[in-house]
Amino acid sequence: MVRSQTLPSRMVDLLIVLVLTVSSLACLYPIWYTIMLSFSDQAAANAGRVWLWPVGFNLGSYQIILEDAQFFKSFGISLERVLLGGAIQFILTVMMAYPLSKEKDQFPGKMYYVWFLIFCMLFSGGLIPTYLTVTNLGLQNSIWALVLPGAVPIFNVILLMNFFRNLPKELSEAAVVDGAGPWYVMLRMYVPLSLPALATVTLFSVVGHWNSFFDGLIYMSKPEYYPLQTYIQQLVVRTDPQFMQNLTSEELIQMMKVSNKTLNSAKLVVAMIPLILLYPFLQRFFIHGLVLGSVKE
Amino acid sequence: MRHRSDILNYHLMLLPGVILLIIFSIVPILGNVIAFQRFVPGKDILKQQWVGLDNFIFMLQIPDSKQVFWNTIAIASMKMVLGILVPLVFSLLLHEVRVGWFKQTVQSLVYLPHFMSWVILSGILVMILSLDGIVNQILILFGLDPIMFLASNKWFRHIIVWSDVWKEFGFSTIVYLAALTGVNPALYEAAEMDGASRWGKLVHITLPGIVPTIVLMLTLSMGNILNAGFEQIINLYNPIVYETGDVIDTYVYRIGLVQMQYGLATAVGLLKSVVALILIAASYRLAYRYANYRIF
Repeated sequence: MVRSQTLPSRMVDLLIVLVLTVSSLACLYPIWYTIMLSFSDQAAANAGRVWLWPVGFNLGSYQIILEDAQFFKSFGISLERVLLGGAIQFILTVMMAYPLSKEKDQFPGKMYYVWFLIFCMLFSGGLIPTYLTVTNLGLQNSIWALVLPGAVPIFNVILLMNFFRNLPKELSEAAVVDGAGPWYVMLRMYVPLSLPALATVTLFSVVGHWNSFFDGLIYMSKPEYYPLQTYIQQLVVRTDPQFMQNLTSEELIQMMKVSNKTLNSAKLVVAMIPLILLYPFLQRFFIHGLVLGSVKE
Repeated sequence: MRHRSDILNYHLMLLPGVILLIIFSIVPILGNVIAFQRFVPGKDILKQQWVGLDNFIFMLQIPDSKQVFWNTIAIASMKMVLGILVPLVFSLLLHEVRVGWFKQTVQSLVYLPHFMSWVILSGILVMILSLDGIVNQILILFGLDPIMFLASNKWFRHIIVWSDVWKEFGFSTIVYLAALTGVNPALYEAAEMDGASRWGKLVHITLPGIVPTIVLMLTLSMGNILNAGFEQIINLYNPIVYETGDVIDTYVYRIGLVQMQYGLATAVGLLKSVVALILIAASYRLAYRYANYRIF
């Protein structure tokens, strides 16, 4: 394309680049600031002398975390739920998406299942009935309370179903002629052919499991069962209404004033690490996933 | 008979997922009957005392519910407008940039907050907005009085709305950038031949080209008018700002799971679910009709 190189136009270009640079740095600054705080001296942090770089660089906060047995336990529970929950969601997503990707003449009952899924996706039972269902099943304080209620990620099923639908039908037809059954076709042909799509939905699951805190808060009665996000929510953010209801406004303001900034920052940073490690993949596959969701016949 | 056994296998593949959905989605939906009961925890759900619409009537009488309803609408609609406007403007600016690496870098930076949980982002916000936090230090630097942002009814909604913009605007730009690449380049070339200005091209080619996408995002976001952002607000609010920041979902959580008024909380939640279902169904219908969008 021919670009006009007049002076006003170049000024506009410069202005745009400036606005974009400033806003993306501003977007990142709070996260950067937290990382820098976590490496700073506590006195410097409380005096507000930390802006861009650590002041009085030290790893004291991380040493305290290393000695915090509960932090590690919660980290472990989070890893466990990511692995277990991610695996279950993966298996169920594939097993539901494959038959639903068939045409109506190949699988006549298909539409009943599709409507069932739409209904479950649009209408939720709500907080209290879901809570009562999970507790009546005796799942409190068990990892299953974090994994089973969301075990079928309906949105992922739809994404993968649309992807499967666009795979060339000749492949599976050829396999069927050779005598392959539906399980074989699903596992040996559809799964290997959809690795990018599967990576996308799996990353959705992993991030979702790693980030959720609320189920841990309501289903776990003791801190030792908390996943990491719940643990951090209780210790760093701490807005438990039961706890706060008994405080006066002055006490609340006092509570907000007094905090261990450097240690809290370090905890937040450790909770961010897995996501930052996954970030390059997230970018690649999530964007791919969004495009994938829109592919339809 | 090959076909019949295939179909049987398809049903078998769907079975585990369907069973889990029945237990964890359908049973709770049926469990909403406790909205019509004076529910006492620990007693069988069928042996509870039935009270008809008492919970709903009570809900309409307490002043809290009116406030909670308006807070929800106020926060959700501000989020809806800014959630479309900010990413749109940002993508239009980004679209004007022709330097590839710069574009890519900006994009990679602004997606990041989207992947962080509200627990982490709230932890960060509480820190930078506290009395000795960085925002107040800047205020003091300019000779202004420090503000307790998270304990101020004047500021709380703005904090909620703008921090949501911060978290999501980058990720929302993906949709608009994708739409922008779909605008026919021949149109720009033709406009340049005719001597169109930069602004003229923006108004007459770029914007009309992505109107369908804007309309689609607008209709889809309408289904969220009762979702003010539970995970965000529960991590940022406190009793001082209930007046402006308490929303339906946080209210249901408090009266239900904290104060154990199961019947009342379920009634509020049920009403929300029904209205939300109607709104979502309507928005999908509109999106299908005007933007030819469908999820299946």
